Amino acid sequence: MASAKEIKTVLFGPIFANNPIALQVLGICSALAVTTKMEKALVMGIALTVVTAFSNLFISLIRNHIPSSVRIIVQMTIIASLVIVVDQVLKAFAYNVAKELSVFVGLIITNCIVMGRAEAYAMKTGPGMSFLDGIGNGLGYSVLLLIVAFIRELFGSGTLFGVEILPLVSAGGWYQPMGMMLIAPSAFIIIGLLIWILRTFRPEQVEKA
Amino acid sequence: MEHYISLFVRAVFIENLALAFFLGMCTFIAVSKQVKTAFSLGIAVTFVLALSVPVNNLVFHNLLAPGALAWAGFPDTDLSFLGFITYIGVIAALVQIVEMFLDKYVPALYNALGIFLPLITVNCAIFGAVAFMVERDYNFGESVVFGLGSGVGWTLAITLMAAVSEKLKYADMPAGVRGLGSRFIMVGLMGLGFMSFSGVSL
Repeated sequence: MASAKEIKTVLFGPIFANNPIALQVLGICSALAVTTKMEKALVMGIALTVVTAFSNLFISLIRNHIPSSVRIIVQMTIIASLVIVVDQVLKAFAYNVAKELSVFVGLIITNCIVMGRAEAYAMKTGPGMSFLDGIGNGLGYSVLLLIVAFIRELFGSGTLFGVEILPLVSAGGWYQPMGMMLIAPSAFIIIGLLIWILRTFRPEQVEKA
Repeated sequence: MEHYISLFVRAVFIENLALAFFLGMCTFIAVSKQVKTAFSLGIAVTFVLALSVPVNNLVFHNLLAPGALAWAGFPDTDLSFLGFITYIGVIAALVQIVEMFLDKYVPALYNALGIFLPLITVNCAIFGAVAFMVERDYNFGESVVFGLGSGVGWTLAITLMAAVSEKLKYADMPAGVRGLGSRFIMVGLMGLGFMSFSGVSL
């Protein structure tokens, strides 16, 4: 097992320093559509973290037995099986959220974070560290998702996790909800602005012109 | 006929996979810096979409749906939980077949599409369209139209975006927003533009 410092880098590095969405442009496909509500974003984040962690673990365990010519299909099979398990669990225990997430749970299969980590990290590293790397990247994804969902749900419908924070005009309060926050394009603009903020504080991430 | 046309228009403009559902964004943002490459990728995606959505439709209705195996003597079987792994397998196999076929018979097109073909397997637009087809319960004819329409819509979006990116090279932006940040904001604005189509009633 690696030193404590290394574990910390692997586990917490992806959250800000090396965020999979903001820096590596991975996995945005499903990131944005599930961020209209905190609850959806949280469930999606947990689902992705579980899948990434376990796919990293399993792929790392058998990494020395996979012929490199068929490795993509082997990785795909493992990931798809894990997603099926997660999907069935969600349908059994959180049916309403699963219904709202609709096809986006299935889309974890083609989420580049899972494939990317399997290919770039788990194929080269031992199972313990790969598992942690999966959790770290899952957390990085979840954090960004939750930030976007926080902004969208708070300003779009005045609630957080469905609990009223800003009383709406329609319910006798004072807050006029911003309808734009609930439609798709706002998520792109919010992520764009987040990347801008992140890069202002970390100038080393700025792209060369 | 009218039903199919309206389905097509909806798939191209109103429910554009890239701009309304964020699907295929990974390649979308990485590739769309040149109009030419973006367009070839769009063609490749349209090709695979137009094939894989109908094929998966047949697979779903004849093998996986509840009671679909009645022809084989298993009327009570429900294999729909195997959906994800089957679809991705079918997509991967189709991409492989298309690649080999093009290499042998249409080498010009094969060279034009180049490295994009194998990448398409993991393009979320393909899997997303297949999943939507199952969820919305399209029949075979509808799935052909839907696959083709969403491919055309995706190509349209990615080509337009590449065109904007080409011009943005000359913009003098603050350092932090350069590159990725500006591209996200741009997609957002384009998405807003496409939302105006949702007012079109069919």
